[in-house]
Amino acid sequence: MAKLEIKYGNHACAEAAILAGCRFYAGYPITPSSEIAERMAELLPRHGGAFIQMEDEIASMAAVVGASFAGAKAMTATSGPGFSLKQENLGYAFMVEAPCVVVNVQRGGPSTGLPTQIGQQEIMQSLWGTHGDKLIPVFYPGNVQEIMEETIRAFNWAERLRTPVVLLLDEVLGHMRETVDMEQFTPDKVEIWNRKMPDVPPEEYLPYKPGEDDVPAIAPYGTPGYRGHATGLHHDYTGFPTTNPEMCEELIERLIRKVKRNQPEMEKNEEYKLDDAEVAIVAFGTTARAAKTAVDMAREKGIKAGLLRVVTIWPSPEETLNKLAKHVNAILVPELNMGQYVLEVERCARGEAPVYRLNRANGKVIYPSEILSKLEEIAKARV
Amino acid sequence: MNVPFEKVLEKKESYFKYLRLDKLPTIWCPGCGIGQALKATCMALYDLGIDNDQVAMVSGIGCSSRTPGYFDGFTLHTTHGRALAFATGLKLFKPELTTIVFTGDGDCFAIGGNHFIHAARRNIDVTVVMINNWIYGMTHGQVSPTTPLGSQTTTTPGGNYEPNFDVAELAKAAGATYVARGTAYHVTELKKLIQDGIKHKGFSFIEVLSPCTIIYGRKNRMTFEEMYMWLKENTIPVKAWEKLPEEKRAGKLPRGVLYHDDSRPEYTEVYWNRVKQLSGGEK
Repeated sequence: MAKLEIKYGNHACAEAAILAGCRFYAGYPITPSSEIAERMAELLPRHGGAFIQMEDEIASMAAVVGASFAGAKAMTATSGPGFSLKQENLGYAFMVEAPCVVVNVQRGGPSTGLPTQIGQQEIMQSLWGTHGDKLIPVFYPGNVQEIMEETIRAFNWAERLRTPVVLLLDEVLGHMRETVDMEQFTPDKVEIWNRKMPDVPPEEYLPYKPGEDDVPAIAPYGTPGYRGHATGLHHDYTGFPTTNPEMCEELIERLIRKVKRNQPEMEKNEEYKLDDAEVAIVAFGTTARAAKTAVDMAREKGIKAGLLRVVTIWPSPEETLNKLAKHVNAILVPELNMGQYVLEVERCARGEAPVYRLNRANGKVIYPSEILSKLEEIAKARV
Repeated sequence: MNVPFEKVLEKKESYFKYLRLDKLPTIWCPGCGIGQALKATCMALYDLGIDNDQVAMVSGIGCSSRTPGYFDGFTLHTTHGRALAFATGLKLFKPELTTIVFTGDGDCFAIGGNHFIHAARRNIDVTVVMINNWIYGMTHGQVSPTTPLGSQTTTTPGGNYEPNFDVAELAKAAGATYVARGTAYHVTELKKLIQDGIKHKGFSFIEVLSPCTIIYGRKNRMTFEEMYMWLKENTIPVKAWEKLPEEKRAGKLPRGVLYHDDSRPEYTEVYWNRVKQLSGGEK
């Protein structure tokens, strides 16, 4: 039976984090994400967890990694400028393999930009924002129900792969009130994954020796006998620094491979009227909501449009996008930036279909009618 | 003067149990004082009867921040300036771990200054051992927030013209409840200062004046011996210092416990007591 509740996007994120087992939150006030921190400040003490408002964004990310090493499922949330500030320690979390979830409720950028208005300008930064190479999962839900699902999924993958996971929301999603069916979120129905623990005695313990899944079993700090060292420097199985080129290569390749190899299982899309589509829209987050309406409007006008709404935006659904390009005459990528994910769609399409853009970065959403006009334009040229 | 490294290990001192002996010798230059601070810390832990499994050591970046690599506990070598922020998360989630931060003057007071004052303000139970060598050693000799006026550094040709911090006063003003100053020359005393810092429930700050012999010393034409003699002659036990007339204090520094206040509540205790009231204290 459905258990319907009206939920506020940012609050849904916080509540789902608690369900996922999050027991540590560190954050810093920033619009439009502050309600996540405020909700966590209420919920965590009641669930025996720790909440702390740190002195800045950098410190919040650091505290999250510190708590993660102590064994906590840990989260922070921020927006544009704060996300930039967190990048160095996000890269550190990737390097030392500290499971954690970083929420970025996107607003308009660059710089201070448009603090109270929507943007989708951190699509590339989510993946490439820190210096050095990295591959981490990045999830982007499209409604409040899905904010809950994706928050839980973000924690699960973070724990399973011992990696930071970025959860992208946007100002509209974060500040939206929508009906959520809480039936699927009753505790006995929520699937929870936990990080693996070492299965060797302390004297054989090598914190950074990966298992067959490329994931090491690092004991939470404070576990008797399982002392260890972690560093942002390149390191070997012991966790201690090395400049041995073979070890460094093995490490960076493994860090990327452990995420990449799970792409098929991690992939999550919503397909809408794609079966007979001649023009496909690829979109995510709030923009995908407008795109869905635009698909219906286009079909009323005789244009066979469809939508691929990407939820796991990184690692990207490379094969799915390639197949889509083979299947349709044209692809349209509407996004609230000056053209970011379109580059990935073009790459994956490998020339099988022309890829069109619809970009906006002025704080306003893209309306269905605007997507429709673009679809009509494309249909005239291609279909 | 040079004792072969193997001979040192043969002594099997009691505090060796806190060292990762297989990682020795350290990367530090001959004459560097960081090793003395590490030794003092290990001796303090031994005397306090704190087991390796009960200690987390966190550091940032720099010469002093390499210390956790040699310390056999739960160790985290993090990003530049952020050790205290990482340590805050760790300590808040696992207050039962004795948490020690090893840092330096640049790491702690330039790039990490904000985290320092806020950790002190919260009075979180972390012991900060701050190696003050007046210079950025690892990057080969740039000016730091504690470089004395007139000192030669690679980024102040002709001598330092920036005023420096009195870090002990800064710690006290920010809210630290235990503030001490020791030196790499007075190791037995330093051990006692660190020991009391670890014992203190609250934010403890121990400034360790420690010669950077190779970088600072060479640039400022001071030998290894001169630098250690400087520490001996220009630092004065705090009790004697208090009796010293103002005019005799110039160019000298007090050593020992400079400030100690047991009356202020400790951060993690305050937090978890609130949790206990609200939830029954389960994690």
